[in-house]
Amino acid sequence: MTEDQPSSSGIGAAQGVATSSRGARAPSGSLAERLIGRAIQVTGISTVVMVVLIFAFLIREGLPAFVRVPLSSLLSARWYPIEGYFGLLPLIAGSLIVTVGAALIALPLGVATAIFIAEIIPDWARDILKPVVEVLAGIPSVVIGFIGMLVIVPAFRVALDIPTGLTAFTGIVLLAWMALPTVVSVVEDVLDTVPKTYREAGLALGMSRWQTIAKIVVPAGKSGILTALMLGVGRAIGETMTVMMVTGNAPRLPSSPFDIFQPARTMTATIAAEMGEVAQGSTHYHVLFAVGLTLFVITFAINMAAAMVVFRRTKRAERMLS
Amino acid sequence: MLRIPVLLAALSVLVLAGCRPGSDSEGLPVVLTSIQNKGSDTIVNLALAWAERYQTVRPEVSVAVTGGGSGTGIASLANGTVDIANASRAIKPEEIETARTNGVEPMEFIIARDAIAIIVHPSNPVDHLTLQQLSDIYSGKITNWRDLGGEDRPIVALSRETNSGTHVYFLESVIRLGDSDDQTLFSPNVLLLPSSEGIGAEVRLNPNAIGYDGLGYVTDDMKTLSIGIESSGPFWAPSADTVNDGQYPISRDLYMYTAGEPTGIIKDYIDWIMQPEAQAIVLDLGFVPNLE
Repeated sequence: MTEDQPSSSGIGAAQGVATSSRGARAPSGSLAERLIGRAIQVTGISTVVMVVLIFAFLIREGLPAFVRVPLSSLLSARWYPIEGYFGLLPLIAGSLIVTVGAALIALPLGVATAIFIAEIIPDWARDILKPVVEVLAGIPSVVIGFIGMLVIVPAFRVALDIPTGLTAFTGIVLLAWMALPTVVSVVEDVLDTVPKTYREAGLALGMSRWQTIAKIVVPAGKSGILTALMLGVGRAIGETMTVMMVTGNAPRLPSSPFDIFQPARTMTATIAAEMGEVAQGSTHYHVLFAVGLTLFVITFAINMAAAMVVFRRTKRAERMLS
Repeated sequence: MLRIPVLLAALSVLVLAGCRPGSDSEGLPVVLTSIQNKGSDTIVNLALAWAERYQTVRPEVSVAVTGGGSGTGIASLANGTVDIANASRAIKPEEIETARTNGVEPMEFIIARDAIAIIVHPSNPVDHLTLQQLSDIYSGKITNWRDLGGEDRPIVALSRETNSGTHVYFLESVIRLGDSDDQTLFSPNVLLLPSSEGIGAEVRLNPNAIGYDGLGYVTDDMKTLSIGIESSGPFWAPSADTVNDGQYPISRDLYMYTAGEPTGIIKDYIDWIMQPEAQAIVLDLGFVPNLE
């Protein structure tokens, strides 16, 4: 602990020096430096502007759906847009089942893998495992979908004795597989930043290695783990190609928990499958944007909730440390 | 300060390099021209085969073929982004309307015929169905192969996505049996797969599955069912003969649309497609030539 204090103030001092030296050089005015500064500023602002514009566009194109289609129809259980059935419930249910399921598998496995890589195995093994996990994150989703369609779908049908392997469960497993590298990588990075002194303190107090990990290291990295969960969920709910290839896309409303072994249709797959064909300005077109808007609102709500939790946790952690 | 002249020099080299082929080709009489051709995924393989063969007939004309669905192709024709739209269904009145507001008058050509094959796993003992039974399977009234004389297995019904011309044709001609007042829909349990390949893969691997697809996409490792009207028979297997004789009940015309009366290279291409040489390719790909 005592070691940390000076080092962190040292960084602060270094930053102070950097700032003052920049301040001194600014009037003489290196053109390149000012241009780079401005470029970074523009990029930063444009990200925010883009999010706002996307939201505005979604609202502009999506809101007419709520005017043209009565709410009772939007909340019905039948989705068959070419005949005017616009029930969104099967799509929302499909997306939620697949996303929540994938998160439930990916998070515990991902955190466990990250702990294993960061805390347990020797450095040389870690130097091999970490890049391998990161390569896994780079596999294109269409490739995973293809493997899923040809290998995992038939295997699940036989192993689980279900009518078809094109089910929500198949989507859950593949999405968990895709979210896993993200979760592992982020959590591992977070555990890496937990100061070594914390672990030494725990061990010095007579805690076992497991107790140190479970009671000190993981709690210290909690906000990072939550971030990893959000990134994983974000990837899962927005994923389109894989889901479209393996979940069967039947817009049926699930009625029991066992329905995860039945086909499901997600919001993303619906937009991807139908947007190319739809006549611009038609009711179907606006409803598809309403689906996009719903997706956006759900993602936004999840991110907000996560941000609030992370914010609260940091504050408490700071209190604890001071 | 030195950098900017260097950059300019580099740029001018690039620009000059870009110019050179143009000035070289000035002396040659060949003018490269291309036809943009887009639409139905059912027709895309046929259109590609035609485009390739046409290269040997008229090397200076290149035909660029893309899929995306009948509606996509017709919409692109109306936008003026393609020269020829492929469609596995006739153009709808509202699509003609949209095209006309853009100043495009679609011209229709029947370029081939297609039979929709009903496909199942090779191990499936069922070998013929009536149209009524097919309608009941896809609307969810029959859910077990036992009711069709097969094994005691659940039926997994597969369909193309709603953006496919084949889907709409199947809904109107099979599920509703051609009755325009019929409001029967696909059952919500029917799996909607985004590609012919998706349907093929599931039918090949799953003994419970039944799917439909253009005859051109049927391969040897799946089984096609014979289709009849009456339960007492007769039943017809999909083939060029049964389609041309008007026997096989699930067949349709395939179309190309041009913007107005075709002229120049587009007219030449359409004319060539209607000739026996091009229609022979139709047969090779499992479609049925237009013999008119």
